[in-house]
Amino acid sequence: MKESYRFKGGFILLFILTLVLAGCAQQSSTPPEPANNTNNEAGSNAPADETPAAEPEKELPRVAFVYIGTPGDGGWTYEHDQGRLYLEEQLGIKADVVENVPESADAERVITELAQNHDIIFTTSFGYMDYTLNVANKFPEVVFLHVSGYKTSENMGTYFGKNYQASYLSGIAAGKMTKNNTIGYIGAFPIPEVIYNINAFTLGARSVNPDVTVNVVWSNTWYDPTIERQAAESLLDKGADVLLAYQDSPATLQAAAERGAMAGGNGSDMTRFAPDAYLTNPVWHWGPYYVKVVQEVIDGTWTSEPYVGDLNDGMVGLAPLGPSVPEDVKQLVEETKQKIASGELHVFTGPILDAAGEVKVAEGAMMSDEEILSSSWFVQGVEGTIPQ
Amino acid sequence: MELTTQLLIAAIAAGTPLLFATLGGIMNERAGIIQLGAEGLMLMGAVTACLTYLQTGSLSLALLAVFGVSAALGLIHAFLCVTLRANQIVSGLAVTLFGTGFSAYLGKSVSGQPLGTTVPRLQLPWLEPIPVIGPIFANLNLFTWVSFVLVIAMHVFIHRTSWGLHLRALGDNPATADVMGIRVQLFRYGYVIVGAALIGLAGANMLLVYSPTWIEGMTAGRGWIAVALVIFARWNPIRALFCAYFFGVLDTLGFRIQLTGSDIPPYFLKMIPYVVTILVLMFLGWRNRNKPSGTPEALGQPYIREQRF
Repeated sequence: MKESYRFKGGFILLFILTLVLAGCAQQSSTPPEPANNTNNEAGSNAPADETPAAEPEKELPRVAFVYIGTPGDGGWTYEHDQGRLYLEEQLGIKADVVENVPESADAERVITELAQNHDIIFTTSFGYMDYTLNVANKFPEVVFLHVSGYKTSENMGTYFGKNYQASYLSGIAAGKMTKNNTIGYIGAFPIPEVIYNINAFTLGARSVNPDVTVNVVWSNTWYDPTIERQAAESLLDKGADVLLAYQDSPATLQAAAERGAMAGGNGSDMTRFAPDAYLTNPVWHWGPYYVKVVQEVIDGTWTSEPYVGDLNDGMVGLAPLGPSVPEDVKQLVEETKQKIASGELHVFTGPILDAAGEVKVAEGAMMSDEEILSSSWFVQGVEGTIPQ
Repeated sequence: MELTTQLLIAAIAAGTPLLFATLGGIMNERAGIIQLGAEGLMLMGAVTACLTYLQTGSLSLALLAVFGVSAALGLIHAFLCVTLRANQIVSGLAVTLFGTGFSAYLGKSVSGQPLGTTVPRLQLPWLEPIPVIGPIFANLNLFTWVSFVLVIAMHVFIHRTSWGLHLRALGDNPATADVMGIRVQLFRYGYVIVGAALIGLAGANMLLVYSPTWIEGMTAGRGWIAVALVIFARWNPIRALFCAYFFGVLDTLGFRIQLTGSDIPPYFLKMIPYVVTILVLMFLGWRNRNKPSGTPEALGQPYIREQRF
């Protein structure tokens, strides 16, 4: 039974994929072209100075994006898609998109196919790391950019941001808003990226409310609204009155709203899903980076690097706090945001104890970027286990 | 609230869509037609509910549209299986493939849009004092009550009425039914269409109650679970109820165990529903090894009058 289910599942995925591909091909081939023409002819003078000079001698690079979900998720993929639209608008490029690519051998196949007729490929999920690297080695003339990973090569760069800065800020808001000092956090996978965000969130919450405990459950999925909702309900049943979810869908927020709790999601402003219950959460703005890196490739100045954005360059941001968050909390968050942006406050400054009470970072010391990026332990105040 | 109560509430919430789909499957298969289109029908049900609700803002219109669309898909399945006597497995798979792809296409424009629906809940505060089960029944939504009524109605219908006897005859021995004067083709059409509508309702239930945003492929394989549940429940509506809730519990149990701070890795917890599926199949297979399986005897066989099998 199980085997045949998987088998059929595979068929369905294939079918969806062909549909998606067909849909993309149709969508992208028609609308952008007239828009570009009008832009160049009727648009402002600024782009006209650059583009006509560049166009005749050099063709614009062919750009492709690989998405883990659909732009309709209202979170992670939505923001990447916003970044893509910004890129298309700024540089007059038409980018191709493949949605719903699982983090499996399928990803390598999709990326390989894209590499055959594209110049720049963005792979927008952590789990694509090894597949991207494999394909990058096979296509040395194509530029690969992988989000949130730690493996690079000659023609494969990575990009990510210090979203823990924003997690710290949402922690402050959560610490202020919880009434019974029980906060729930739904983590997607026990990987460093999620762990250091939970840690930063907890440090933020405890900086304003030392009695807070943060209960963590792992959903083992980036994107499955039903599973995310069940995780949220189990935390609500445990008594949590503020939830944060490092997940791509707004399911947690919707579940919390039904029970009168507050919640935030991840990646994108989710106010519209449940305004009254919305707290805040870290958001991404990929657009400026996408424009920068594609421009560099056009100019021939691009070199492989791990790019790290933060609150300052705007790659990382915090969604506006929800309408039911009081003014003084908003102010406190704003002040702290300035401190972090100016470098006055570093999120991971000692003393930091781990969940067992051992000193991990001594008083006055700071965690280095490498230490943060390889986080594998919870700070004090987190209740949950990290499977080894 | 006690843990048992919380677990049961979660089980009912997660199990109700499964229950509707399983009941629909039972309806189909009792009449002798295999229904593997559940996943596609659920997705079509969900996307139809979403589109209609966003257009009209009316819950009843949305449900009506769901019935219409899934019944139409059921009609196609019935036409292929009953009239054209096509392979029922292939036809069912076609419905699933079509439904998955077409719902994704239809839903593109509304994907990720919050619905803001409120399915009415039946508030019965006088039930609250009853221990354990009181708080569960005091605050259930309309869909869940409908599913309870449906389970009982279907049980009575199948086992206590002459119509039900005819239905069972259709699935067990259509030739005999035909001799008795039951119009095999007509009734098979009817039951396939009604069953498909119920499966569509399962998708609508999932979208309107559980996860009020259309998201591509949101059923995430639950249609296939329903196909398996029809077999677990051995084509019996009452057993279907328990099977559906059992799977609902399994879905949610993993998170509760994580919260108790146990050292069992979450990967293992996530595996539990599938391990249990295998164990239950083994157990049932062993226990019923000398008994008739309960499978409708003529399941999957097209009926041709005066043909010997």
